[in-house]
Amino acid sequence: MDLHLQDVTLVYPDGGTTLTAVDDVDLTVPAGTTTALLGPSGAGKSSLLAVAAGLTRPSHGTVTIGPDVVFTPTTTLAQATRVRLERIGLVFQSPQLLGSLTALEQLELHAHLRGRRPSSLRPRAMELLDAVGVADHAGKRPAQLSGGQRQRVAIARALVGRPEVLLVDEPTSALDHERGTRVVELITGLARETGAATVIVSHDASTLTTVDATVRMLDARIEPAAHLATS
Amino acid sequence: MYVALRDLAHARGRFVLMSVVIVLITFLVTFLASLTAGLTRESTSAVTDLPSDRIAFSMPGADDAPEFTASRVTADQWEGWARVPGVESADPLGVATTRAESAGTTASVTALGVADGSDLVPWSTGDVAPGTVVLTPGAAGALDAQNGDTVALGGGELVVAGIADADESFSHTPVVWTTLDDWQTIGARGADASDAPVATVVALTTTGADGAILADADAELGTTTVTRSDARSAVSSFAGENTSLTTMQAFLLVISALVVGAFFTVWTISRSGDVAVLKALGASTGYLLRDALGQAAVLLVGGVAVGTALTVAGASLLPAAVPVVVTAATTLVPAVGLVLLGLVGAGVSVARITRIDPHAALAAR
Repeated sequence: MDLHLQDVTLVYPDGGTTLTAVDDVDLTVPAGTTTALLGPSGAGKSSLLAVAAGLTRPSHGTVTIGPDVVFTPTTTLAQATRVRLERIGLVFQSPQLLGSLTALEQLELHAHLRGRRPSSLRPRAMELLDAVGVADHAGKRPAQLSGGQRQRVAIARALVGRPEVLLVDEPTSALDHERGTRVVELITGLARETGAATVIVSHDASTLTTVDATVRMLDARIEPAAHLATS
Repeated sequence: MYVALRDLAHARGRFVLMSVVIVLITFLVTFLASLTAGLTRESTSAVTDLPSDRIAFSMPGADDAPEFTASRVTADQWEGWARVPGVESADPLGVATTRAESAGTTASVTALGVADGSDLVPWSTGDVAPGTVVLTPGAAGALDAQNGDTVALGGGELVVAGIADADESFSHTPVVWTTLDDWQTIGARGADASDAPVATVVALTTTGADGAILADADAELGTTTVTRSDARSAVSSFAGENTSLTTMQAFLLVISALVVGAFFTVWTISRSGDVAVLKALGASTGYLLRDALGQAAVLLVGGVAVGTALTVAGASLLPAAVPVVVTAATTLVPAVGLVLLGLVGAGVSVARITRIDPHAALAAR
């Protein structure tokens, strides 16, 4: 399913005035492709990602997945939570793994959140841990994993529910160039395999050699000079 | 409870520490409840074990609250009660705490005097005869006396006729039973006139009388009638003792709720990052609240169970001199109260989960 953000505006109260974090943005990400969202700090990249993930309600505009309008200015917290659980995978800037769960349990948790037996997801979870190269560490807790391994587990966790949309926030910020490039390759490869419409927010264009499109944000708006990268 | 159970295992040190606190508070509360019940029994069992349902007092002042130490009933009063419709039996009962002396030792006892043929004495062998005394097991032990021994009581000498079937005490002294005539020499209340005091109270069995009849009889005879349970408050040592210990239990229950609440407040704050991530991953607020309360319930039920077991085991090891009474009312009831109040404390604390913004998950940690 395609991800489509239409006329999205996000305005925050800022003291006695307001701050426009996202200003009338239109963005379409086709299913199975990866779009990189670039721009300097404060450009509105993470705010746009938060709207796309339903973590923040847009002040104006809509977010659709396929034919379904999923987030609007009137979407409730419970509705947004349900959409995230069933249709969206999230990878955060830091892995944000839960300290008491093993790598495998981080993925199986998704089944529990959906009211199913965690073990019902085990084959899929092991397949994904294998795909990101940490299957041998399935029984380890985050404290026993390296930073790169934790990031890979986080990517597998985001994909375990077969999401239609994958949203990734600064996945390479704590990695060197080589590891960052490999992580982006991994995400774009998995996006193609799973058919997820994927958005990667990044400030480092050098690691984004495998993405399908690049969009640059500046001052809360998408720059007109956005171009499609060659993949 | 997928995450909650794993948190319990992972953060073992923190939860063990908290469990120990819950165990100790539970031990204190249940032990105190058992001690309260034991002290209450030592103070009032001579009253609460009477085979009567009401006690009539005759106080010096019309507005005076009933008290065993101040009550004096006359022959007119107890005979008047015996004639009230619906009153099956009215037995005069003398109550006097005094010093008893046997061949080998002395002890404080409470002498209870009863009329000839009275059913108030828990002694299946027969009635108390003039010149004899029936000792409760506690009194026999305190005086080191047996059947046939002579016991000096308030200046008179009485022969031990037997040991009562039940152990009873009054105001923390063991009970001995005498005839009303013998008791009057101890209680110094004997007199021939019908309006002179003959006993302390009248023990009534009133199954056939309603409240209005009893109130009318009270007004006519100048007495104050209370239920057997309420008569406990007329034992001077009972009210203050019971109020103090019950207040301590109430404080401990409140403290336990506050301690559990404080722990889960700190715990919830420390894991607010995890909660934000869980919300961002699609965990509903209801799921997270159930998870957190389930965790609190596991901690509370486990800690309270161990604490209660400690009280039961500890009570069985204590010497008989420590008056603890372990029953469901002194262990299970406070235990359930501790769990419920703890859950209230935890519930108030984990409610802050509803205010955690999943947007916070986007911030780097």
